[in-house]
Amino acid sequence: MTQLSPRQSSRSPSSRSNRRAQVVWMQRLGFGLAIGAIVGFSLAPILWQVLTSVKTTADIAAIPNVYLPRQFTAEHYLEIFRRQPFFNYMLNSFLVASLSTLLCLAIGTPAAYALARLRLPGESALLAGVLIVTLFPYILLFLGLLELVRMFGLANHYLALIVPYTAINLPLTILVMRSFFQQLPRDLEDSAKVDGYNTLQMLWQILLPLTLPALVTTGILAFIAAWNEFIFALTFITRESMKTIPVAVAQLSGTAVFEIPYGALAAATVVGTLPLVVLVLLFQRRIVQGLTAGAVKG
Amino acid sequence: MRQDSLRQREQRTGWWLVAPALLFLILIYAYPIARSIGLSLFSQNLGTELQPVFTGLSNYSRMAVDGRFWQSLGNTTLFTVLSVLLELLLGLGIALVLNRSFRGRGVVRTIALLPWALPTALIATTWTWIFNDQFGVWNDLLLRLGLIQTGVNWLGDPNWALWTVIAADVWKTTPFIAILLLAGLQSIPADLYEAHAIDGATAWQSFWQITLPLLLPQILIASLFRFAQAFGIFDLIQVMTGGGPGGATETVSIYIYATIMRYLDFGYGAALVVVTFVILSLAVALAAWGLTRLRAAHNLGDSR
Repeated sequence: MTQLSPRQSSRSPSSRSNRRAQVVWMQRLGFGLAIGAIVGFSLAPILWQVLTSVKTTADIAAIPNVYLPRQFTAEHYLEIFRRQPFFNYMLNSFLVASLSTLLCLAIGTPAAYALARLRLPGESALLAGVLIVTLFPYILLFLGLLELVRMFGLANHYLALIVPYTAINLPLTILVMRSFFQQLPRDLEDSAKVDGYNTLQMLWQILLPLTLPALVTTGILAFIAAWNEFIFALTFITRESMKTIPVAVAQLSGTAVFEIPYGALAAATVVGTLPLVVLVLLFQRRIVQGLTAGAVKG
Repeated sequence: MRQDSLRQREQRTGWWLVAPALLFLILIYAYPIARSIGLSLFSQNLGTELQPVFTGLSNYSRMAVDGRFWQSLGNTTLFTVLSVLLELLLGLGIALVLNRSFRGRGVVRTIALLPWALPTALIATTWTWIFNDQFGVWNDLLLRLGLIQTGVNWLGDPNWALWTVIAADVWKTTPFIAILLLAGLQSIPADLYEAHAIDGATAWQSFWQITLPLLLPQILIASLFRFAQAFGIFDLIQVMTGGGPGGATETVSIYIYATIMRYLDFGYGAALVVVTFVILSLAVALAAWGLTRLRAAHNLGDSR
């Protein structure tokens, strides 16, 4: 895969090899440029936001633009924590995302096991349902959910987010975990049964330790999805101190009518995305595995 | 006999294991859709003092002549088709580059994945800032390069606003497509290319004759996922333009949200939900049908 296509038929050696060296060099250059373009494309907007967040307000509003800050400042970061319950937002997001992730794994993993091994009648219909459901945009759900939230008196309650977030991550969890269980050797379960374990004991005591890597993979994907969710959080939570990061930051840009606080907004974006950047840096490989497993199985 | 009861016991356990997940899925997915279908036959708005009054299909006949609905449907279609196409092209390019081995590939892959993981609502503020008409860096770059003479109001100009949100969406979701296509590329055996090269094919020819046909299932799956997501796009547009200027970026989901949360027109909102659901289902069914046909063709080819 690494070699460039070997199409050599050496007739007049010197000029040929010269031309080939040139072609190779051009290809290398083109390839380097392509990599540079990918990195630039992916990083430039993020970098710009980071730069904005540490510039003084004067530099932010300078025309023509000041690219590198003439003076670094932490003013905007201090401001978002001083003026707003920013710790609360972070905490809310963290709470809702991690609890829903745990709940989702706890509910989705047994279901995935049953669908992988226990040959239930109607299994394929169920799987098809799970697959189709992943394609529903949340806008189709929020009206019905709004009524449910009101019916159960859950407005401004964490459960109004935790329950839907658990559900929206279930399809992916079931698909990824199911494909993982299918790859496990069956003998393990057979011998566990011979040893007198029932299905639940076997799942909990023998399979769970083995599934830990897969659980981490799915857990990360679920956490990211829950941290990023917007429309339910916007609709079901109206109390300021209970808002999650995406809603709080989005509304920061809409509150000031006359002057949008660009510096504070940039700082808030950086703080709100930081946990996810860390997750990606640590678990890039797992995220890629989980995404492809979830999609390709479908 | 005994064998049978064991099997039955196993299935009973199986149902208990599936039940909680099923309950969640029914509550969060099936119920809201069913409820919307029911509610769409009622008028429930400020005119009826928010009490449901049965009005049959009147919400649907109202939709047929609702210019704002048709405009939002047009915007949604344009947004979906353009952004998914651009994402496919860019994603394929990125996947092809990342499929070669080179020093630092892991780092580049991590960087390329980053946009996908970040919260859309926050990224929307980033792009709003980049495309700001006065202080935006995009205008500044274009001015410095001499491509424009005066700053463009990207998000405030009806001719540009939709393109601007498409650009942000392409940035955000291209990595998703690149990842799926990269996985597809890695499953193509290298000896196929070698054999083809021995036959005298150029890299360009083997791209068209090997890579693209074998990648088609992945391309279709990725497009299907992205189609559904883009068709329901909400957070990005809500934060960047709120559907403006003058409805130029109003997609169906923005219109649904405004109908329900701003105008408190629940019956009509429900009808909008139902129609969007039906359109989406039809498109997905069509794509799924195409995918099964493709797979069947592949299997035939393999067995020969």
